[in-house]
Amino acid sequence: MENFTPLSALIGGAMIGLSAVILMAFNGRIAGISGVFSGIAFAQRGDRLWRILFVLGLVVAPIIYQAVSGRAPAFNLAASAPLIIAGGLLVGFGTRLGSGCTSGHGICGLSRLSPRSLVSVLIFMGAGMFTVIAAKAVLGG
Amino acid sequence: MIRYFTALLAGLIFGLGLVISQMINPEKVISFLDIFGNWDPSLAFVMGGGLIVTAIGYRLVWRKTKPYAADQFQVPTNRAVDKKLAVGAVLFGMGWGLVGLCPGPAIAGLLVGGVPILIFLGAMITGMILFEGLNRLKF
Repeated sequence: MENFTPLSALIGGAMIGLSAVILMAFNGRIAGISGVFSGIAFAQRGDRLWRILFVLGLVVAPIIYQAVSGRAPAFNLAASAPLIIAGGLLVGFGTRLGSGCTSGHGICGLSRLSPRSLVSVLIFMGAGMFTVIAAKAVLGG
Repeated sequence: MIRYFTALLAGLIFGLGLVISQMINPEKVISFLDIFGNWDPSLAFVMGGGLIVTAIGYRLVWRKTKPYAADQFQVPTNRAVDKKLAVGAVLFGMGWGLVGLCPGPAIAGLLVGGVPILIFLGAMITGMILFEGLNRLKF
């Protein structure tokens, strides 16, 4: 537990919540990243520019953080290329089939007491934990 | 015009939240999911902080009849738990556990994650396109 960072986690989480509230208050939209992002390609015309701008904000945020704080955000990805490809395919397909991800179901859905979101979160958390433990057993580490 | 500014602002705050909470770091996510290993419960606090603000904020926002810069609130009305939801969550959770990335951190990592993030995003987008294709065939 030496890497436990509850305070920064709480502050960062609150900012994610603030983002969701702003997007609902002004745009009337759920801040579900998989849905907002895939809609850039698959939503109707006229429903795309706000999505592009939201994603742009998401992409430049780490650069702004780095410019202000002088520190690059920690980013350590240990998985090998085949695992990254498999993981990406599963995340892309799974979030669309399951109508959401950590943000849409985990933050927005749970906060409005959606039964679908509760089931989704319990399942993807369980599947994620199982996969990490299974991968360690198979690949070592 | 306001709605475009607020969308950009919301994306920015979301991304900064991912960086500050370290949820953008796959290593941090894996150590949260690794409950029997050297467990790091930090990400539960990310969710906790997000849920408190959103649960209160949504309720305040929904006292109004419509958003400040749009015609209506677009909130999912489907409450039925079905097979698609469950299977989708299983597949997503597996991918999340394999790499330590979910869609938000993956996109936010575009400019700081190097080649691995490009590979992940390419595969993620391919997965989304695959779903849209199959969905149109009414699988």
